[in-house]
Order: sequence, then C-alpha cells, then structure tokens
Amino acid sequence: MAIAVPREAGPRIERLERIWRERPGVMGWLTTTDHKRIAILYLFTSLAFFAAGGVEALLIRTQLIRPDNGLLTPSGFDQAMTMHGVTMIFLFVIPMSIGAFGNYLVPLMIGARDMAFPRLNAASYWIFLASGLFIYGGVAAGHAPTAGWFDYVPLASKQFSPDSGIDFYALGLIFNGISSTAAAINFIVTIFKLRAPGMSLNRMPLFCYAFLAVSFALVFALPALTCALLMLEADRLLGFQFFEVARGGDTILWQNLFWIFGHPEVYVIILPAFGIATSIIPTFVRRRMVAFPLVALAEILVAFIGFGVWAHHMFAVGLSQVTTIYFAAASLIIVIPSGIQLFAWITTIVTGTPRFKTPLLWIVGFIVLFIIGGLSGITFAAIPFDQQLTDTYYVVAHFHYVIFGAAVFPILGGLFYWFPKVTGRMYHERWGQASFWVTFAGMNLTFFPMHIVGLLGMPRRQYTYPPDMGWTGYNVIESIGAYVLAAGLLMVAVNLVVSCFRGARVGNDPWEGDTLEWSTSSPPPAYNYAVIPRVTSPYAMWDREDREADVENLAAGEKVLEQGHETPAVTAVDAEWDEILEMPSSSPWPPVLALAISGVFAMVILKQWIAAGVFLVAAFVVLGAWHGKEPQEA
Amino acid sequence: MARIRRPGLLVPAAALALSGCGSPQDTLDPHSPQSGDIAALWWWMLAVAGAVFLGALAMLGLAWLRRSRRGLPFFGESERATTGLVVAFGMVIPATVLVALFGVADLYLIKRTSAPAAGSSAMTVDVVGHQWFWEVRYPGTRAVTANEIHIPARTPVRVVATTADVIHSFWVPELNRKVDTIPGQRNSVLLYADEPGTYRGQCAEFCGLQHAHMGLAVVAQPRARFRAWLERQARPAAPPSAARARRGRRVFMANACSDCHTIRGTPAQGKVGPDLTHVAGRSTLAALTIPNAPRELAAWIRDPQAVKPGNRMPGLRLSPRQVGELVAYLEHLR
Repeated sequence: MAIAVPREAGPRIERLERIWRERPGVMGWLTTTDHKRIAILYLFTSLAFFAAGGVEALLIRTQLIRPDNGLLTPSGFDQAMTMHGVTMIFLFVIPMSIGAFGNYLVPLMIGARDMAFPRLNAASYWIFLASGLFIYGGVAAGHAPTAGWFDYVPLASKQFSPDSGIDFYALGLIFNGISSTAAAINFIVTIFKLRAPGMSLNRMPLFCYAFLAVSFALVFALPALTCALLMLEADRLLGFQFFEVARGGDTILWQNLFWIFGHPEVYVIILPAFGIATSIIPTFVRRRMVAFPLVALAEILVAFIGFGVWAHHMFAVGLSQVTTIYFAAASLIIVIPSGIQLFAWITTIVTGTPRFKTPLLWIVGFIVLFIIGGLSGITFAAIPFDQQLTDTYYVVAHFHYVIFGAAVFPILGGLFYWFPKVTGRMYHERWGQASFWVTFAGMNLTFFPMHIVGLLGMPRRQYTYPPDMGWTGYNVIESIGAYVLAAGLLMVAVNLVVSCFRGARVGNDPWEGDTLEWSTSSPPPAYNYAVIPRVTSPYAMWDREDREADVENLAAGEKVLEQGHETPAVTAVDAEWDEILEMPSSSPWPPVLALAISGVFAMVILKQWIAAGVFLVAAFVVLGAWHGKEPQEA
Repeated sequence: MARIRRPGLLVPAAALALSGCGSPQDTLDPHSPQSGDIAALWWWMLAVAGAVFLGALAMLGLAWLRRSRRGLPFFGESERATTGLVVAFGMVIPATVLVALFGVADLYLIKRTSAPAAGSSAMTVDVVGHQWFWEVRYPGTRAVTANEIHIPARTPVRVVATTADVIHSFWVPELNRKVDTIPGQRNSVLLYADEPGTYRGQCAEFCGLQHAHMGLAVVAQPRARFRAWLERQARPAAPPSAARARRGRRVFMANACSDCHTIRGTPAQGKVGPDLTHVAGRSTLAALTIPNAPRELAAWIRDPQAVKPGNRMPGLRLSPRQVGELVAYLEHLR
C-alpha cells in the first residue's frame, strides 16, 4: 500500500525538501548528518573490511589445506589469524549491523526524521573509519598484531611481543571503542525520545528492542575492554606492571576484563541479527510474531544475563571449582531466552503462510545454523567437556556457527530484504536463492568438519600440523568449503551491484512489509516522512486506518513540521508528544574530529607525547567549534 | 571404577566418523577413567542435541508442507496455543534438560576430573611449559627430562603444570582434560593410564610462533620398568669413552650449547633449552617435531631455524666435522 501524495501537500513537501537538503557531491558525503547516508558509508566501509577479513580467512584455510604447508610463515599465519578475528568482529559485523542496519532502519522504524544526535552519529562513522585505517595502517607498515584477537598476556607483553603490532591493536581498539560508545548512546536516546507519538514501548518493533538491548550492552561492556587495553598500553609504553606477575601484576586480570567485555560482545554481535530475523519473518509469513512480549523480554534478558557468564571462557585456567560451577549455571540459564526466541520464530513460520523468497531463505538458514551453534554452545556449560574441548577446532566450529551462521546470515538476508527500500530497485530473485544455497553449502562444508577435527584433538591457532594426526582429510574439506563460501558471497555481491543499476523499479512497499519504513518512498527522502506517522501497534504498516490518517494529515498540513529542521520528541515510555526538537544540520566538523583523534593515536604509537597532547587539544577545539551554526542554518 | 556408558541409540555413522580415524589425540578414544567419562558425556549430549535438532528441522519441514495453510495442525492459530508452544519448547523442555545436564556434568562428573589435591596421588610430576617445549621434573629425584613424560601405568599421577614464560595449556586428550599453565600459579591435573602405551598431547593455548610444534608424549609403563627408567634419568651423564664423542663433548662445552642446555655431571648448566643429560633416550626432538635419529639431529644442529622457525635455538655455524662429533656425543647420552 503506497501513500498517495495529496495535491494540496505539494508546497509543503517542497519546503521540506529545501530545509532537509544537504550539500551536493563529495562535500555532501563528508559533511552529511543524514542517518541514511551515514548508514550507507558504514555499509561500504564495513564491506571493504569484510573483504579484507575474508582474504585473511582464505589465507588461513589455504595454509591448512595440507600438512606441513609452507604458504605462510608462522608469523604470517599468526598475523592473518589475529587480523581475521579483529577485522570480522570490530570492523565488519558490529559496524555493519549497528552502523549500517541500525542507522538506516531504527529512525525509519520509529517514525523519526533522524538520529537524536546527528553530528555525533557522523562522528561515530568517521572515528570508526579512522580506527580501521589506523589498525590496517599498522598492517601495511609491517606491524600486524600476532597474539590472537583476545590477546592474552604475557604473550602480548613487551617482553614476548616487542613489535608494535600489539600497540596498533590495543590503541586501535580503544579508538574504535569511542565510535561504538557514541553510537550506542545515540541509539539509546533516539529509541527513548524520538519515537513517533503513539509508539509506546509495547508498540515498538522487536527490531528496535534488539538495538536498545545491544546499545545498553555496549555502553556497559566497552569500559572493561578500554580499561584492559589502557593497562596493557601503560605496561608496554610506560613500563607499568599491571600484568607482570614477577612484579606483583596478574595475567588472569587481563582475561577477566577482556571477557567481561567479550561475552556481552557476543550478544552485541547476534542480537541485531535477531532483530533482522524478527523483521523479515512477519513480512514473509504474513502474520504477526508469536509471543511478542516474551520475545521482547528475551532480547533484553539475553543482553543482561550476558554480563554474568564471562568466566566460561576461562574454565581451564584453574579457577576455583565453586566459581566454575556458578558460571556454568549462569551460562545454562542464558539458553532459555535464546530458546524462547528460536521457538517463537519457528512457531511463527509454521502458523503463518510463508513465501520462501530470498530474505526468508537466509533467515531459515540462520535458524538451522543457530540451532547447531546453540547446541554446541550448551556443551561448553558441561565443565569437564569444556575443559577437554576448549581451545580446539570444536570451539572454532561453534563460534563460526554462531557468528557466521547466526549473525552474518541474517545480515545477508537483511541486505536482500531492504535492498528495494534503499535503492528503489529489486534484486534478482533466482540468483538470490542460488547464492543462498551456495553460501549455505560452503558454510557447512567449512565449519562442520571443524567439530570433528576438534574432537580428534586439533588445537586452534596452529599454523600447520603433522601428516600423521588423522586431521588432513577434514582440513581439505574445510579449505574447499571456504572457497565455496567465498563464491557464494561473491554471487551475493554481483547480484546486488548489478541490480543497483539494472533491477526492476519498485514502489514504496514491494513486500507488504509490517513496519513503518515501507510507508515512505524507496529510497526515502532526507526527512524520511512528510508527515509524522500515527502509530497504534508494532505492525504499523498493517494498520490501514493509521496510514490513511497520515495522508489526511498531510493534506491538512497537520504534523508535517515544515517550519524548520525539526522532529518531534516524546515521553520515554508512553510516547506522548513532548516537544519539537530542532535538529542540527550537516557539518564538516565530525570528520575533522576523527582526524584530530587519529593524530593523538598516531603520536602515541610514535611516543611523541607532546605532539599527541597538541592533537588532543585540537580535538577539544574541534568539539567546541562543532556547536557553531552552519551558514545554511543562518 | 564404574563408568557412565554410552547411550545405545547412537547413530553408528557418527561413531565411525569420530572414533575410527586413528588420531593419536582422539578425545573419543579414551584410555583413562577421566577421558572415558568425558567421552561418555559427549555421546549423551550428542544424542540429546541430535533429537532437538531433528525436532526443530521437523517443525521447519512442517512449515514448508503447510506453507499455504494458516495455523498449527490440531491447535489452529489461537494466541494460547502458539504461546504455549513457545513456552513448552523454548522454556520448559530446555530447562528440564539443562538441569539434568548441570547435575550430571557440573556437580557429579566435575569431581572425577577435577584437580587432584596434593598428596592424593601415588606420585607427582612437575611439568613446566616453555616457548616451545615441556620441561619435566620428578620431585624427590634429580631426574629432569623434556617432552616425554614417563609414568607408571594404572597409577594415579598428579601433574603440576607451571610456566617459565607465557600461558600454555597442558593437554593429553586420551588421558584427561587440559589445564592451562598460568604465570605465578600451580595448576594440577590427574593422569591415569588404563594400560601401558604412548599417549600424545600438545600445547592447547596459543603461545606464539611455534605453538604448532609443542607436542608432548606420555609414556605409561609397567611399574618396574618405570622405576628403572626414573633411576637412570636421575643419574648424571656418564663421560664418553669413544674419541669422537669426547671431541663432541669439547665442542659442546666450548660453544654456546652449554649456555642454554644443562647436561648434569658436566659444566653445562644452561637453563634456556631442554635438559640434555639423557637426550639420546628420547624418541623425538624439538617437542615431537622430528624423530631423534642421527641424521635429523645433525640437521637440527646445523639449522634449527629451518626445522622450527622462530624457536630460541640459534644456528651456530659449526663445521660439518664438529656437527658430526656433537651428534656422536649427544647420541651417547642415553
């Protein structure tokens, strides 16, 4: 159902267009504060890092295709293995799901015209880009980290890793954390304050619940990582001894801090994907989600309980038995909210009338893979079994089923689902389905044998293995699978790129979707909605009277807000009309801020303390300038 | 000792795929009560997980078959029925299964694989992880060796695992679960071999460049043979009698070898590399990387970086004659 624009509304729309217009060309992209354009920047940047992480994965799999292979040196392998993890987690999955999907869709789904802090949103992107370039700058200069993505001390200490690769890793992740923290705060405020009037919390789409949960998880988890990294750099650059046992430090401290961040991080990775699944399923099975309140509660609970399970990554370090039993119990409890979501999806699909188009195929694939990854995850809560299999390929299999299966599959499904909204064109359905099957086959060929080879005693992170261990055949299958997987992803890329130019044009709502974004044009205008939508349920697009009311409002000039660069703000729970916010316009300062912060980190790594201080002062000056009005606003 | 049996409803193919491959580190080919318990736990978990997985697949299959019909078979579309299904499958059934798993694994089995208390076993072996080899000591004797841990069969042995540098993980899958070596900490694990034999293990925690080549072997022997072995290991090295080996000894003492290695009974007291007092009695070199035979030994001495890149031993640029003499000396250290 498309919204017809009444003739009387013409001048109002024109006015909105003028008020919300940004600069043309490259300058427009550099200074943009439009959440949709920022999302597109996030999308392409994280895809570039996905490609880099994918190349690293193929290097790893090619090295391991036969025993005693010499394609990579031991150090080359350790670099590829470490950078693969760092890239996929910090530079691909999180910026893709939160930066690209969240940024594009959360304001649209709640009927807002932008994020709560548009310039902070732009700064999040530029800081993310700069941190990624910083880490890869180290790689290009021959200083890649080699201690694995969780970077255990003392291996990561100056004594055992004298190269500055670890410094690029640690400073780069602190840098990256600024971006994620800013983004998370922005989402929390946006979701609480910028929902369309009428969208009380119980009428908010489940997708937004997932992002709310993730944002809170990030805000509370990242400080632990930042602290750990600062302590590591204090040890490495300034001669502190937080982690040096011989001088009263403690190496387990690193592991605790890292996993206090690292486990909630797992839910940060998969919850947005759960949100994507709960968006795609209702549309394609033509029915509302079963057990909506339970699912919303489960999303919040997962993020919350996720903070109490970190030590299950540490069952082999010799913690007291009481401690391990507590953490095993907590880890078992977190299965319940995941089980609720899983069976809510399955029951919804069974009771609905599913159309198995490409987006739903990815989601069904995701469900199958998530069950496997979830079940293998439960086995780690059996402490003796965990202590037997931890640090083997069984773990590698498990977390790839969770991260690739349960996070990346919904992301790919989401790319197909919202492709017509973002581009105004339709992807190629047949090729879309084919790419799903190739990727699904490649995924299982690559990662399923890893369970077996782990049970056969193959530890993870070894650059080679002897021929007489009984592991060779499985490794061959895994490596072939990796190439099949890469081919599947390439098919996805070709389909979407070609369809950008050649796909059939579509209207506002090609899927008969359930949420608000389908009520506006494809692609949406800069101001998202010409009229602030009326919302009376979480499936706003299926409430016909409300959408007709929008059209009437537009004709009557009500709730159009065409007097300025404005969006309404509501009360946090009941979403009653509170005030009208004037939104800041585009600004050149966010990328300049990112540059100044890059200067700080670059100078720290060069140990140029005075220059680092100068850049830090510059960053604060930029923050001051940032509040000034832009000429176009005057 | 009573062991938990494997469930009888196993998919035979799975069993074949997992245990018929002859890996020397097969967690499902247990040779001790501890590994046996863990393997049984695995087979039970696999059976239950398989049932859950097939059940979920069946529901998705049902969704495919009924793709043009709304509602559930029998229950229709009512809110109560669908929510009830989610509560039953998503909460009640998992909670029951998880409580059972928690009881069996984390309250009962954990005691059987947990760290043995000091004095609870017949003997103790100290294992020290180094980048990248295992130092092995037998407290109460002077015996020090590397990478090959002899123990008496059918005897509980307490291994105290520590580290000289970074975190490693001591793991012999067919005998017991792993335990990390943490700086400043003394972790322990029980080794008990059902029968004499050699059981392979290796470092399981990433520890740097040669993590891949940090193997170890547990050699379980009948008690009398073990006692004889230990007695020999405790003795200092006998001085060589053959002229060539005597020249090799001089090469060893005059070069950097003696700065890093200990040969008890000689001036060589280095602490960086493995103790070589009875090196010829070991069957492999460089932590199970190459066989301990004259040719491999000579190649190792000539260019250790080619065999195990990044390891701590430098190539000493010895002449071929010196290498030959050194090999003759080391071969004599039985």
